[in-house]
Formats: sequence, C-alpha cells, structure tokens
Amino acid sequence: MSPWLIGFALFFAYPLLSTVYFSFTKYDGFRPPVPSGLHNWTYLFTDYPLFWPAMRNTLWLVVVMVGCRVVFGLGTGLLITKIKTAPGLFRTLFYLPYLAPPVAATLAFVFLLNPGTGPAGVLLEGVGLHSPGWFTDADWSKPALTVLAVWGVGDLMVIFMAALLDVPKEQYEAAELDGAGAWARFRHITLPNISPIILFAVVTGVIQAMQYYTQPLVAGKVAAGVIGGSGEQFEPGYPDKSTLTLPQVVYNLGFQRFDYGAACAAALVLFALSMAFTALLMRRRGGLIGSGD
Amino acid sequence: MAVTTTATGTAPARTAPAPPRRARGALVHWVAVHSLGVAAALFFVLPFVFLFLTSVMDDRQALTRDLWPHTWQWGNYSRVWHTPGFLTWWRNTLLYAGVGTLLTVVSSVPVAYALAKFRFRGRRLSLLLVIAMMMLPPQVVVIPMYLFWAGQLDLSGTLWPLIIPMAFGDAFSVFLLRQFLLTIPDEYLDAARVDGCGELRTLLRVVLPMARPGIAAVALFQFFYAWNDYFGPQIYASDNPAAWTLSYGLESFKGAHHTNWNLTMAATVLVMAPVIVLFFFAQKAFVEGVTLTGVKG
Repeated sequence: MSPWLIGFALFFAYPLLSTVYFSFTKYDGFRPPVPSGLHNWTYLFTDYPLFWPAMRNTLWLVVVMVGCRVVFGLGTGLLITKIKTAPGLFRTLFYLPYLAPPVAATLAFVFLLNPGTGPAGVLLEGVGLHSPGWFTDADWSKPALTVLAVWGVGDLMVIFMAALLDVPKEQYEAAELDGAGAWARFRHITLPNISPIILFAVVTGVIQAMQYYTQPLVAGKVAAGVIGGSGEQFEPGYPDKSTLTLPQVVYNLGFQRFDYGAACAAALVLFALSMAFTALLMRRRGGLIGSGD
Repeated sequence: MAVTTTATGTAPARTAPAPPRRARGALVHWVAVHSLGVAAALFFVLPFVFLFLTSVMDDRQALTRDLWPHTWQWGNYSRVWHTPGFLTWWRNTLLYAGVGTLLTVVSSVPVAYALAKFRFRGRRLSLLLVIAMMMLPPQVVVIPMYLFWAGQLDLSGTLWPLIIPMAFGDAFSVFLLRQFLLTIPDEYLDAARVDGCGELRTLLRVVLPMARPGIAAVALFQFFYAWNDYFGPQIYASDNPAAWTLSYGLESFKGAHHTNWNLTMAATVLVMAPVIVLFFFAQKAFVEGVTLTGVKG
C-alpha cells in the first residue's frame, strides 16, 4: 500500500488542495500567488466569454451524446446476442472503432464528413440527402461529434452483451408460456435485469462527457485549418464556440492566458460536477465496490 | 428491440402457429437480424475502408470527390514514414506506453492484492479513495502538477512527468485488478500459507499466475491509454517537438500537410495499425477487461 499512499499524496491530495488554494488567488506562475478572494469565481461566471458556452455544450453532450451512446450500445449488444451466423466476426467489426486512437479517429471523421471531398457527403447525396457542413457548421459540429462517439460504442456493446447473456433464460421461457410478446419480454424482463448496467453506462458516460477533450479540440483545430504545433493560437471551440468543453476552458485559462487562478476555479467546477455523478454511481449501485465488503 | 418485434410480428407466440409457419417465422427472423447486422457492420467498417482508400490516392485525386483510387500510391506510406519527426514520435510513444505500462503493472498489483485479500483498518476508505482518484478528471490537478514538474523539477519538454507517476500505482488499474483478484478463492491463499509460503511468495507463486488474465487486461488498457493520450503530451511536451508522441504529432502533421488528405490518412492508418494488430493478438484479455469494468462490479 505504501508506494500507492505516496502516490496518492503527491498526485491527488496535494495538487487538489493546491488547486483549491490557487482558485482564490491571482497567480500567473511567475510571481507568487496573491490572495484575491472570490475574484476568479466571479470572473469565470460573469465575464469570461468561454465558460457558459462550454457549460451549455457539456449539457448538450450529456443529454444527446450520452443518450445516443447508451441506446446504440444496448441496441448493438442486443443485436449481437441474436446473430447466429459468424457472431465473432460481427462482434469484432462492431468493436474495432472503439480501439481507434481518438486523434486518429477524429482526423478521419473530419475528412470523411468534409462537405467538399468527404466520402460521407458523396454517399448522402447518392441517396438524395444534402450533406451539412458538419464540423464547420456550429449547428452540426456536436451532432458530428455524436456520430463519432456512436461509432466508437464497442465498449458499451461488450458490457451490455455480457449483461444480456446473464439474464436467466427461465424468465424468458416462463414469460413466453404466459404469452408475453417480444416487447413485453424486453420491457418486463430484459430491462429490469440490466438496469444496473444501464445506470453504470449513463453515469460513466456523463463523467466522460464532462471530461470530453481530445475529440472536440482536435476536430475544432483541424476543421479550422490551424497549423499544429507549440503555442499556437486558435479560435477556441471552432466553429463559433460550438465544440468548447470545460477541460478546454481550463487549458485556455491556464496554458494560453496564464491565468492559473481562474483556471483552477474552472477545474474545480469540473471536479464538483464529476464527483457529484461519481457519488450517484456509488450510492445507487453499491455493486461498484463489489463483494467482500 | 426492432429485431425481436419483427420476429413476433410474423409469428405471434400467442396463437401457437403450425410448424411450417414457425419455420418461416424463424427464417424471417434470421434475415431481419442479419440484415440489421450487416447494416451496422457497414456503419462501423466503412470509415476504415474510406480512410484506407484515400491513403493510397495520389495528391491530386485526394482533393476530388472520387471514392476509388485511380492508381494505388503505396509510396504514400513511405513518404509519411520518412517525414521528419515521424520516427521520433514512434520512439517516444513506445517509451511512454511501454515503460508506463510496466511501471503501472508492477506498482498496482501489490496494492490491488492488499485491497482484495487483506482485512486492515481503513480498507474501505482506501478503496473509496482509489475510486475517487479514478474518477478525477486530469484537468483538476493539472496546474499544480505542471508547476511541480515543469517549474520545480524542470522536466517540461519531456515525457517523464507522465511516466514517473505510473510507478506509484494507477487508480483505474488498481480498481480493475482488485475486481479480478476478488474472484480468486481465499482457500488457495490459505493453502499456500499453510504450506509455509510468506506473503511475497504467495503473491508471486499463487496469485500472479491465477491473475494473469486480469494483469493482461490492465497492461493492455494502460498501453492504449498512453498510446492515445493527447492531453498529457500537449501539457508537458508541446514546446519540444523531439518529445512529441504519435497522438500529438499526428494533429500537427495535418497542419503541416494541410492540403494532403492522402498523406494525413496514411499517417492516421499508421497510428491506428499497431493498436488494431495488438487487439487481434490479445482479443480475449481485452474484452474480458472491458466486461470486468462494467458487469462484475
């Protein structure tokens, strides 16, 4: 335990307390921190132009992106349990996108959905649909990120598949004898049996959405045509702040504006939201801690 | 859901259909399920296909709307491979992922073992702290950590601030391993102790061999985490291109070749390939690990 305790103190307790302290100071990393009361907090909530767009985007992602991922995860999980021909092949194909490194997957999707030359546009127009600007249109950038997130739903698929296979067969047989149709069986047997897993998927999804960073940042930068590299300035959340998330706010305040105090305040907002959902996860599902306690 | 409703739509269970009708219902069910499966498979696989096709187009065709390459430019891959920096990014990524994974496994196994198999005061609290740490967004502590590593230890421009902490046990790995170790019956450990094994010997000779699938899953997760990490290298290595990793370098690669989608897609394929190859070798461990995070809790 002891090396872990050192690690815990060094990489969790000490920095967390420092973050709290810095959030009440004016601090640029060069001069020592100067206490500034609630200034960072009022600045963040009232004057800093990126904070509320980031909060609104997070809310959007929590509702739509997490919702879509859970529905598609459950749908593909169900589908996989019904496929009788080459189930292993289908499962592998469904699972592979989850493994694609986020930067690579995001780059690929910016290209695929690129309205000018992207294959997705060609396919959509082939069936008579008009392809929107996706990553260059503020109304479509979050739906585009949602498509990317749903593409990588393989982890949830596997978790749901395992849960679905654990539902006792006798319950289905009994219900069928009672004349329950497929929907009734799903509603009254499948759903109650897997509800802990649905809750798990929702809550971990919400925590991921709070921390959503690489994909929206890379999508915004690449779609805006920013030349990568060190210290570059770019329009945060391109297009029109639509891909901004809270972690980007922390990065922008801390590492681009060198306003460490305000960055720490933003980090604590992220912390409070994440811990609230973690608490929900642990309270509603003691199972996370598992047997032996 | 759609699948099951289609099936009963054809053969309602309530009416106890005659055998031929049931057979036809089963066929319709099979066709419905598998066409839905193929449609889903296309959604999951087509991006890879287009990605690959674009990666072998010539520079001019990559700017058109064509889907199929006129000529197969396999040379794109060697052009990417010989781009200045690309090999360095590979080396750095392997260093980060390889050393980091090794350190994580060595440091996390004893902690997980203690949490799973020992009764000590504060055990429950320790476990709660592990879970809290696991859920902590990296951005929450990044500013003090950055000031510590870059300011006080002057390690900015290297990957060490990302690698060294892994020697102190990674929270997610501890949690996952503990869940796995819980499934090993205590009787094995008791038997080893009765036979006169010390704690260390019991851990090395009895627990480790039985925990191999769990350790494999943790190692894979950690390797993928480091391979995919963007935020860490962005914070600590962005001002020194010699310390960039593939994830961080790939994005800048797009910036430097902003009109060359074919080269960008070839680079993307080269970054994805190792992950996918590794998956095919370690499929079972990986899927077990994912399941363990969600189901066996």
